[in-house]
Amino acid sequence: MKKFKGRVVAGGEIIGEAIVSRQGVNTLATFQKSALKNAKEVYSSDQNNPDLYKKLLTGKILCLPKTIGSTTGGLVIQTICSMGINPKAMLFSETIDSLAASGIILAKNWENSDIIAIDQLGDKFLKYVESGDKITVQTDGTVIVEKTNETK
Amino acid sequence: MRLTQEEKDILAGKQGETLAKIMKTIVDFGDVFGATKLVEITHPSHFVTSFGIGLLKPLFRTMDEIISAGITTKQPFTVDPRPIDYTNVKCNMLEKLVFSKIMYSQQKRYEEQLKKIGLKDEASFTCTSYFEEVGNVPAYGDILGWAESSAVVYANSVIGARCNRNSGMLDLFSAIIGKVPYFGLLTDEGRKADWVIELKTSKLPEAHVLGSAIGLKIMEDVPYIVGLDKFLGKEITEDVKGYLKDMGAACASNGSVGLYHIDGLTPEAKEKGKKLIKKEAKVYTITDKELEKVYRSYPVLWKNEKAKPKLCFIGCPHLSYPQLEMWAMNIIEGLKLRGRKKVAVRTILTTSPQIAEKFSGTELYAQLKKTGAKVSSICPLMYTNNPIASKKPIITSSNKLRTYSASRFYKNDDILKVITGGKL
Repeated sequence: MKKFKGRVVAGGEIIGEAIVSRQGVNTLATFQKSALKNAKEVYSSDQNNPDLYKKLLTGKILCLPKTIGSTTGGLVIQTICSMGINPKAMLFSETIDSLAASGIILAKNWENSDIIAIDQLGDKFLKYVESGDKITVQTDGTVIVEKTNETK
Repeated sequence: MRLTQEEKDILAGKQGETLAKIMKTIVDFGDVFGATKLVEITHPSHFVTSFGIGLLKPLFRTMDEIISAGITTKQPFTVDPRPIDYTNVKCNMLEKLVFSKIMYSQQKRYEEQLKKIGLKDEASFTCTSYFEEVGNVPAYGDILGWAESSAVVYANSVIGARCNRNSGMLDLFSAIIGKVPYFGLLTDEGRKADWVIELKTSKLPEAHVLGSAIGLKIMEDVPYIVGLDKFLGKEITEDVKGYLKDMGAACASNGSVGLYHIDGLTPEAKEKGKKLIKKEAKVYTITDKELEKVYRSYPVLWKNEKAKPKLCFIGCPHLSYPQLEMWAMNIIEGLKLRGRKKVAVRTILTTSPQIAEKFSGTELYAQLKKTGAKVSSICPLMYTNNPIASKKPIITSSNKLRTYSASRFYKNDDILKVITGGKL
């Protein structure tokens, strides 16, 4: 088990399962297919991101360096939050990028979403965390990563 | 963030609840990045969201709220291309049904909403609003609240305007308030280069592949590219503008680059030179071998890799006038060379409505029409983003389109061979 401390962009408490991308997450490419199909769950459709491609993101805790790609990114995050198919939390190892920040703020201010966002968790966080790990997020930006039987 | 009294009043709801919510969103956004103040936008906006996809309910709801409150943008704006053009990009009945009734069921409603809040005119749908023909051309030093990643990187890099990578919706909100938070690419410090890109190739690289290599490597950092002026020269000519547009779009979609400097060529690099490079900047050397490695890494997403292409899109972002002329001439010449009259693959050249209109009166257009190739102002990205089109074997010379769709990317010479009936 390891503890990391980040900056709270959108606070809250949650326990959940990690899904990890070691590379920047292209928001439009990742979420568009499921969103366009009006799906009940998001499976990543980004061909260029093998960490996430075809994996379930809804309800998970998405760990990533930052988001990249099209400037529709913020609107896409707002939309998946309004549809209730978003990851429960987004944990950024780097400083959050402008598109993800827009999406989180739009989701909070206009959709009353409870999505959580913590950034500046550091490279060590992203090196340590693996998909399937148990994650606990605390209100002050503390993130606890625990290995499970599957990820040990 | 320090706010003026007027900004505080808006935030407190003295000009209505909707405007207060819009201001709060902008201020919250600026606070995340340590913005010290809001600064005035000095040039009309460009929005990224041009498509009435039914599921974007938050967008249409917000637009309705803004219109009901009698709010408009401070200045008329331009917006990205439309997702449908049945005249030039023919669709069968099923496709029309899916596009008009399901995918883009809100297109008409959304365009009406755009008009009500300040859309410049009916022809303002293009991702290249910064070309002279379209007329939304910022000047050096202008402060912008634009979205559309390829337009932002172009305005910052080629023109020397100042703009952060704003998201859809935030572009609209800033155009309403007339201000953007002061941080990032708006500041001198934020425009300094984190990377030196050493270009050591034997010839001018394909713009879309070079941009892709840079974007994939540096993500959202600022690069200072050395060695490209050897091929492009020291002046931003019309041809150079087209190249830089495509390279920037690939940087911005394969990564999220919002600004690049090119030694000896782009305005800030010419003015400040290597002083723009941060002391701790990293170095990425690009060779022919490196570019080939990047090109070979692109996955082919067609069900049948050997399928015969059914459709080809050239022009994402929209072609400049010289690019459109060049492609038209190359297609005509390529067909002559192979003894063919018609293109072997249905081919759509995409450009702004203004450039399409200008081109439509030329002899070259008349010749191009005879080949079966079409000119359209559609957004290829939006066209290909649907369950029907994604199953078609579509080819493109755009790395941006490759990134966001199942379209297969070919280099310019290769795609020309394919569409004129040659073998690869």
